[in-house]
Formats: sequence, structure tokens, C-alpha cells
Amino acid sequence: MTRQARYTLEYPHQGTLIIRFAGTWTLHSNIPSSQELSSHIGQDINSIAFACDELEKWDTRLLIFLKTTLTRAYKHNIRVDEDGLPPGVRRLLTLSKAVPEQTASSRPATDNLVTRVGRSTLQAGSQLREIATFTGEILLALLGLLQGKVSFKPRDFFYFVQVCGVESLPIVSLIAVLVGVILSFVGAVQLQMFGAQIYVANLVGLGMVLEMGALMSGVIIAGRIGASYAAQLGTMQVNEEIDALRTMGISPVGFLVLPRMLALMLMLPLLCVYADIMGILGGSIIGVTMLDLSLIEYLEQTRKTIQLSQFGQGILKASVFGILIGFAGCLRGMQCGRSALAVGEATTSAVVTSIVLIVVSDSFITYLLYR
Amino acid sequence: MNSSAPVITVRNLTMAYGNFVLQRDLNFTIDQGDIFVIMGGSGCGKSTLLRHMIGLKPPAAGSVWYGSDNFWELSSEEQASIIRKAGVLYQSGALWSSMTLAENVALPLQHYTDLEPDVIAELVTFKLSLVGLAGFEEFYPVQLSGGMRKRAALARAIAMDPDFLFFDEPSAGLDPISSRNLDQLILELRESLRATVIIVTHELASIYAIATNSVFLDSNSKTMLATGDPKTLLQQESTHPTVLQFLTRGTGKREVCTV
Repeated sequence: MTRQARYTLEYPHQGTLIIRFAGTWTLHSNIPSSQELSSHIGQDINSIAFACDELEKWDTRLLIFLKTTLTRAYKHNIRVDEDGLPPGVRRLLTLSKAVPEQTASSRPATDNLVTRVGRSTLQAGSQLREIATFTGEILLALLGLLQGKVSFKPRDFFYFVQVCGVESLPIVSLIAVLVGVILSFVGAVQLQMFGAQIYVANLVGLGMVLEMGALMSGVIIAGRIGASYAAQLGTMQVNEEIDALRTMGISPVGFLVLPRMLALMLMLPLLCVYADIMGILGGSIIGVTMLDLSLIEYLEQTRKTIQLSQFGQGILKASVFGILIGFAGCLRGMQCGRSALAVGEATTSAVVTSIVLIVVSDSFITYLLYR
Repeated sequence: MNSSAPVITVRNLTMAYGNFVLQRDLNFTIDQGDIFVIMGGSGCGKSTLLRHMIGLKPPAAGSVWYGSDNFWELSSEEQASIIRKAGVLYQSGALWSSMTLAENVALPLQHYTDLEPDVIAELVTFKLSLVGLAGFEEFYPVQLSGGMRKRAALARAIAMDPDFLFFDEPSAGLDPISSRNLDQLILELRESLRATVIIVTHELASIYAIATNSVFLDSNSKTMLATGDPKTLLQQESTHPTVLQFLTRGTGKREVCTV
């Protein structure tokens, strides 16, 4: 049975204090407060000794307690005789004093506001330069490709085409059909009031073809592909794989970024067309089941409404989105730092950047086309 | 090239991250055929120095000379043609994880030579057999142990028969025997490829086993404290105490430690 940790104070002569430890002094036992002991160490004492004959078990908990006492003793210039402590305790105390303090000179002092603002401004400038360099490298690689220099493995390119195209079809189908359903619901409620249900086909058709097909496939691909590009390139950055390419004189942009971007530029317009069709089908489901329209009627109305140039508008948007998503994903991946945390940040930032760019460029293109 | 002239010269090099200076006033030369060790405690900037030398990061000040060319003043094409003569073994191996070992080793060959695919395949098999990995052509890097990955990365580094071989902590994460085998391999490769080898390490056993020249970086004084053959440094009276501490694992006994 272990006994409660406690200590007693003895004053054999004037100015001498003996601290007698008894019981179990471990992390699991109840330790008296060192504050109380400290209050006994003051001006009237000039030497401290220890007695540990009744001490049963101890661990670092005792050392922490002793440290506080010793610090106070040194502050008052009291002589401390450590001989009474167990040898293990003495060794650990010596060891804890032996480790030299880290020199603080190497850490820069915290900067003031002006310095920090200045540094962020410079950083923003260098970020812009990085983006410009990256764009230039991509254009150069593209130019090389047009001159017949394939800087990447064709197999890689087809793999990205497959992931970005075929493997995205299920999720694009689901989302596009549901968006078509939603659009036709929203329209149906209003148009039914005038008995003009047939115009739901116009609403869904135009909405999908002009806007939602491109936008929805863009957002899905930003999450599915943009994020994975950033994570892949970021991890390669962490593993020094990109450095290894550079030192071999192989351009990482030509070898890694170009096939990814080309795959996206090629597949996103196709996905957009597919999403348009799925959306119109989704709309027709509501038209047929809830608005008493026949399928032929609905599709004929859609055909009359949509012109090829309007399809073209959606495809133009999707092409721009493809470039932007590929750009954002690859840029964030290439800028990635050398830690797991940085890869996570790069991935998040790639998705956020892509979606912001998609929406901004969408409004810009729409404005230009209807000006 | 005159064999006695230094092949790499580092002059007044300063390394810094922003305002934080890692090392300043580094001056040393590397001769043809040297096994040159960059040594020093953890975090003193050894790997950063390597990055300056292989063209991944420009130094804050000072210069790196390859023969009579000031590397960081050259155009990027000229830089690339120098770096093409260098093979680099990265700390983590840095094999391209989406490719098999054969494709990893073959990539530089495909990129820089007009060799027929079957010649490249033979070269790849040969380089892999040099590092003891014959028969592992179709394996992916994740399917290999750490030591095998290091060796595969070495096979990739020597793919183009480089004039310079850079190693960043080759024995990090290897057991003493694998690490000794790697040392042997480095020695043999230097002999057979007649390459100049530059190694970042703090493995004392390999330092004594293979180094012919070295530089010691110190993080407290932020500069180099010694350069020369580590075995000579160990015996010289003039050697700085910090270097001696390092070379004797803090014991101060001037004897070569071996495994």
C-alpha cells in the first residue's frame, strides 16, 4: 500500500532548512502544493538540505516540485545541498541544467505592421510573377506541341482523358438530370398559372444549354479533377519528384501539366454537351409526368427553341472553364510547399480558385455575348 | 579538361531564406574524381547548398562555378546543358511514382538520346543490374523497400552516365549493412564512371570510408569551419574544436570510427 506524498520541514540550526520527503511522489499521486513550501523559503534561511529516507517512490513529478523550490532558493541566494536527494534525482537535475539554452539570436524579432504590410505586398507581386511565368511555360510547351514535339507520354494523356471524361459521366448524369428537374419545377409553377406549360421546355432547354450545362459540369470537374491535379502535383513536389524532373532538364510543365490541361480542355466541352442533353431529359420527365405534355411535344418545343449557336455558347464557356480549372489545379499543385499540410492547402485552394474563376468568367462571357 | 583544375568552385556563397541567413562566405573547390562530402549538424543548410549546386535554387549571394562557367550567370539553356551532366539521388529517392522502375530509368534516355527502344531497354536492364535490381523492371516504386528504392533512384541517377553525381543523405533510413553496401556501390560507380561525387551526409562511417575531400558547415557561426580530407582533419592540430567534436562523435578521441 502506497502512502500519501508529504514533506516535513525541520530547522536543526538557525537559518538551515531540511526538507524531508515521505510517501509516493509520482504522476499518479496527490502532491502537496509547491507554492506553500516556497513561502517558507525566504530571507531568514541561508541553506537548504534534503532528507529522503522515508521517500518510497518518485518520478519526474518530484523533480518538477524540486525545480520550483530550487529556482526560488537560487533567486534568494540560498545554498542548496543536493546530497540528501536520491542519486537518480540528482543525475536528472544535473542533466536538465546541462542542456544549453537555444540561442535566441537566430529567431527574428516580431515585425511591426509596416514591415508585414510591405512583405505581403512584395509576396503578392511575386505571386503575380509566378502566375505569369507559369502561363508562359504552358504556352511554350503548347507551342512545342504544335511544332510536333510531344513533351509527355501519350499514355498519361489518355489516362487523364479517361479519368476526366468517361469516369465523370455517372456523376455528371445525375447532377444534370436533377438540375433539369429543378428548372422545370421552378418554371412549371409560374407557367401553369397562364396555362403555358409547354414553355417549360423553352425554359429548361435554354437554361441548360446557355448556362447550367457548362456551369454544373465545370463545378463537378473542379471538385473531381482540379482537386486531384493539385494533390498529385503537390505530393510529387513533397517527394522531390518535380525536382528530379528539373535536374534532368525535363520541363515539369511540359511533362506533367500539359497532358492534364489538354485532357481537361478536350473533355469539358464534351461533358457540357452531355450535361445539356441529360438536363433536357430531366426536364422532360417532369413535363410528361406532371404537366400532361407528351414526350414528342416537349422535345419538338425544345428543338424549335434552341439554335446551334446557343449550343456553341455553352461549349465556349465550357472550354474556358476547362482551361481555368486545369490552370488553377496545376498552378496550386506546382506552388505547393513541402509538407502534408501544404498539399491539403493546395487542394482546397485549387477548388476554391477554380469555382471563383468559373463564376467570374461565366458572368464576363455572358456580358460580352449579350452586350 | 585539365585534370588538376577544380571542376566545381564555390565562391563567397551565402544561403538565406528571406532575412534568415543560413550560411555565409562558403569557399571551397571540388576536383575531378573527388568524393566530396558536405557535412555538418542537422539544419545547417547542407541540402540547401546542394540545391544551389544543382541549379534548383539561386543562392542569395556568391557564385557556383562549373569549370570556368559561373553557373547562375548562364542562360537557362547553358544551365540545363551543365545539369544534364549531373545525376542526382534525392533524400527520399524521388522516383516518379506513376511509372515502373524501367520507365523511371528510361525517361532521361528517351528524352536526350535517339536510341532505339530496344537499346534503351537493354541499357535500363544493365543499369538496374548495376545496383542489384535486375528483374525488378516492371515494379512500381511503392512495391519496393526503402533500400531498394534508394538503389533504383541511384540507377536513374546514373542513367545518362553523368560526370557529376550528387547524393542527398544516401544512407538516411538505411540499416548499417545496406548503408555500407551503398557506400561500396558509390565507390565502384565512381571508379567505373570516372564521375565526381558530391555527398551530403552526417554518417561518420561513410564519411571515413569514402570521402577524399569535404566541407564542414556550422550552424552556430553560420559559415564553414573546415575543408579537406576528413581523415586529415581528424589528425590535424589546427582543426576547429567543433569540427573535431563532430568527427569524433563528441568523444574527442582522434580515431577513425568504423562499422
